[in-house]
Amino acid sequence: MSKILDELKKGRVLVSDGAWGTFLHKKGLKAGECPEMWNLEHPDAVFEIAQSYIAAGADMIETNSFGGSRFKLANYGLEDKVFELNKSAAELSRKAAGADRFVLGSVGPTGKLLIMEEVTEDELYDAFKQQSMALEAGGADAIVIETMTDIEEARIAVKAASENTACEVFCTMTFDKTVDGQYRSMMGISPTEMTETLIGAGASVIGANCGNGIADMIGIVKEIREVNSSIPILIHANAGMPQYCDGETTFPETPADMAGRVKEIINAGANIIGGCCGTTPDHICKIHHVVKSL
Amino acid sequence: MNEILTQLSDCIEFGKINMASPYPPQMKGQEGADELTAKALAEGINPQDVLTLGLMPGMERIGLKFRENKVFVPQVLMSAKAMSTAMLHLKPHFLSGAAKQKGTFIIGTVLGDLHDIGKNLVSMMVEGSGYKVIDLGTDVGSDKFIAALKDHPGAVVGLSALLTTTMVNMQAITKEIKDAMPGTLITIGGAPVNEDFCNKIGADSYSADPQGVVEFLNRKLAS
Repeated sequence: MSKILDELKKGRVLVSDGAWGTFLHKKGLKAGECPEMWNLEHPDAVFEIAQSYIAAGADMIETNSFGGSRFKLANYGLEDKVFELNKSAAELSRKAAGADRFVLGSVGPTGKLLIMEEVTEDELYDAFKQQSMALEAGGADAIVIETMTDIEEARIAVKAASENTACEVFCTMTFDKTVDGQYRSMMGISPTEMTETLIGAGASVIGANCGNGIADMIGIVKEIREVNSSIPILIHANAGMPQYCDGETTFPETPADMAGRVKEIINAGANIIGGCCGTTPDHICKIHHVVKSL
Repeated sequence: MNEILTQLSDCIEFGKINMASPYPPQMKGQEGADELTAKALAEGINPQDVLTLGLMPGMERIGLKFRENKVFVPQVLMSAKAMSTAMLHLKPHFLSGAAKQKGTFIIGTVLGDLHDIGKNLVSMMVEGSGYKVIDLGTDVGSDKFIAALKDHPGAVVGLSALLTTTMVNMQAITKEIKDAMPGTLITIGGAPVNEDFCNKIGADSYSADPQGVVEFLNRKLAS
């Protein structure tokens, strides 16, 4: 089977999937419940999410393993289930993706801060190694390290995944706009600073996820392209920023709103486009149609 | 103003913990918040002045720089570390009454949410601004907030949430606290939260950054 990079080298723009977290909550996941436990307790629901994105036209889908590091699972007393929960996450997405679509094993931040000495570099490396290997064992084609804000944690995660698996390793960070219009992660990292560090650690695709709607992601893509003209860029944009109404939060951007920006973000240099919080199979379907028509 | 206190406020602003700490590079080898606080107290400087004229101005400067995106979370965390090191020297003076805090702030991340970085930042900056802070941790329901309020009557409550799925819990918690302890002031914050949400759920204040919480407390408790 060909790798994602081979497809990109042919000049193709690929479509990724949409939200998992907000989708799981729609299916009944309670706040405070461990999302990864659903891989064992509600595998049908997790499979349905994966399958709905495949049906929408995604070339690749993620896995329900964002909080699957031992540090995050420890919040629920599940730190000894890292292998089982991540492997099952990858298996469920693999089953939905079949042989001709790709599976991206999702790895999120640990929530532990190196700078506060809450964790050591070695402990982070071990945790990311363990999670990545379990995702590979379940059939992931690539590992996507995402929602990172600390460049050191991101670098260690990329290194751990690329040194211990045969998977392609992707990494996306989360940026906000500062008061003077610059993009910076919570820890102060710019897309420019991120680029060479992540590539040096072994990432073959980099980009941004969460924190912004697709319109603000365009500026991030342009900034990465200014410092590197060839590294493939992956964008998972939110469906805008959350709004609160009648006891629930909603995301304002419709599938048509997002699809309307797809050409612009591809022209800026993006190679893989999908969604983050608030995006649905409908969003992905509309994005797929735009990409197909190009 | 006293030279030691000026130096101390710089240590807080730039996150210089102690002499051994290599951070920030431009202050390497110099005395930090640890040594200077001990020295100030040993020289007989009033503990209240150490807090008010040493720690608080440094904390305010870093808080304002954070608001203006001139510094980011790592710099604030280093400032907070420097501040907590200094606080260890001041704790006995708070207990003896030789130094007074401006009021009490009870903070927690709401039910269902386990994220603590934002909550910790606010907690540390409020403490460094002269308040007693009761940190209830993460995944906190109204019962714990109400119990803490009974122990600390008149305290202001801060609610934190990172997720769109947990921010909704702020509404019930706000109502339950206000029903049980009428008159309690509640301030909220977190990535998905905004002013409009604050008004809709009946909380008293929203802050986009920790300094905003300090300013709210200064208006309500310290004036």
